Amino acid sequence: MMKNTEQDYSHIKGWGFDADPLDVPSYPMKKRTENDNKGMIWERPPQQPELVEVLHSNERPGLTAVFGTPNPPAGLSGKIRRFAFRYSESMIRHWLLLLLADRVNVMEGVHQDIRSGHIPDFFGELGGKAELKYNKAGLIRKVALGVLVGVVAVACLRRKNE
Amino acid sequence: MLAMNYRGPYRVRADRNKPMPRIEHSGDAIVRVTRSCICGSDLHLYHGLVPDTRVGTTFGHEFIGVVEEIGEAVQNLKVGDNVLVPFNIACGKCVFCEQQLYGNCHESNPEATAVGGIFGYSHTAGGFDGGQAEYVRVPYADVGPMIIPEDMDHDNAVLLTDVFPTGYQAAEMGGIKPGDTVVVFGAGPVGIMAAKSAWLFGAGRVIVIDHLEYRLEFVKNYAQCEAYNFRSLEDPVLFIKKTTDWLGADVCIDAVGCEAAGDAMQTITGRKLMLQAGSATALHWAINSVKKGGIVSIVGVYGPTGNLIPIGNVVNKGITIRANQASVKRLLPRLIEHIQSGRIDPKQIITHRIPLEEVSDAYHIFSAKLDNCIKPILIPPSARK
Ligand SMILES: [Zn+2]
Ligand SMILES: [Zn+2]
Repeated sequence: MMKNTEQDYSHIKGWGFDADPLDVPSYPMKKRTENDNKGMIWERPPQQPELVEVLHSNERPGLTAVFGTPNPPAGLSGKIRRFAFRYSESMIRHWLLLLLADRVNVMEGVHQDIRSGHIPDFFGELGGKAELKYNKAGLIRKVALGVLVGVVAVACLRRKNE
Repeated sequence: MLAMNYRGPYRVRADRNKPMPRIEHSGDAIVRVTRSCICGSDLHLYHGLVPDTRVGTTFGHEFIGVVEEIGEAVQNLKVGDNVLVPFNIACGKCVFCEQQLYGNCHESNPEATAVGGIFGYSHTAGGFDGGQAEYVRVPYADVGPMIIPEDMDHDNAVLLTDVFPTGYQAAEMGGIKPGDTVVVFGAGPVGIMAAKSAWLFGAGRVIVIDHLEYRLEFVKNYAQCEAYNFRSLEDPVLFIKKTTDWLGADVCIDAVGCEAAGDAMQTITGRKLMLQAGSATALHWAINSVKKGGIVSIVGVYGPTGNLIPIGNVVNKGITIRANQASVKRLLPRLIEHIQSGRIDPKQIITHRIPLEEVSDAYHIFSAKLDNCIKPILIPPSARK
């Protein structure tokens, strides 16, 4: 099928309303100002006080005027994160170290939960209730597969031991 | 307060003991959330693919609410205002904000320079807690938030914080000319809005490619487009060539990003082994099925590391690639006009309203594509009375 520019599109609500390139929010390019090409010179907003440790990219000096403060780096994952920030955003190791820190952090999270007397409800956190309601067959399959793998593994181990 | 709490890949819960956010900067506001959405890009966080997603983080960059408290420098808002809050945190003063590149603000994300601050989107986007909570801290409250017009449905308002602007900007960046054939990869909420928006720019044909039948059915009805399941096509690129007189589409839009299905090699290297920043299947198809000299527009989310994409074909075919996080604030006036005139009614894509307390189930339903879910929104207890 070839497209047909002569076709009548009036049945489509709003067709062509923004077709004029001079009358859309940005096309073909963003607003340019006299401040372009002047580097990092603008009237900076006041600086948010740094009350917790905030890591920053080494591709910029210091902190931005505002930043988020929840979950500052801590523990082993925090150490890995600090180390990651020695490398620029273009270094794969920067990102891989951060992903590694994330995995360590998950373990720290479980540990912290238990230490504060909260037994994590893995079934609930994984959305088990929704799985039961909307995908019972899938859940049963998954559980059955798990049991099967377990039985086979036990059988294999037994045979090895005999 | 009650808030969503990330515990690890695929594990989130509603936490009742999250500390209340405070004013930390003179330009901050505290907003009491009345609605928040789960976004397709939240799923990348939920699946553990975005670096520096710390345990304890609250996600949610699509929310609306009521101003509860303002910092001493805030002038445009007052307590009690109903506001919609764009997902970008932008200072309004830096060289990028001056160019209306609000998604690229240089004063809102110390952790990375490529992207500006985003609510609830890992420390890589500034380390801000998001709106899947009862209350949220909104920095630069004079810049981003907008008072919701009196006559606007709040379900439409919440979709103006990301989904509609991102879909619209995808179409806009495609430089669509009247009569153009536009192919949208991905029939998630953003792909749906991109397909719908393509008509506004005068598209002559809009084709959507996805693999979930219920989404294809939805987009076909909502966006009046053609919709095809790539699982039933042997080769989606060949299909698009064939249906465009063997030249290729004028504009291709990648509304999928880093968790694309459909190519075993991309899936294994990108999603399983994480040797690249997610699978780039949709982008691959977009580049290969656009016509020579055509435009590929990317709004799907990709990680900061590298991807396997056919850059040689980009050069040889003379393709223009345009991509960005949507600059929501720049687009709002026009998009509000489109909603008020009835040209577009975004709220129709909302399929699920789930209490914030059931956030674990909400994430699972959306992530596992259960119950024909297109777009879920979370309602905090105080907004349900
Ligand atoms: Zn979003
Ligand atoms: Zn800025």
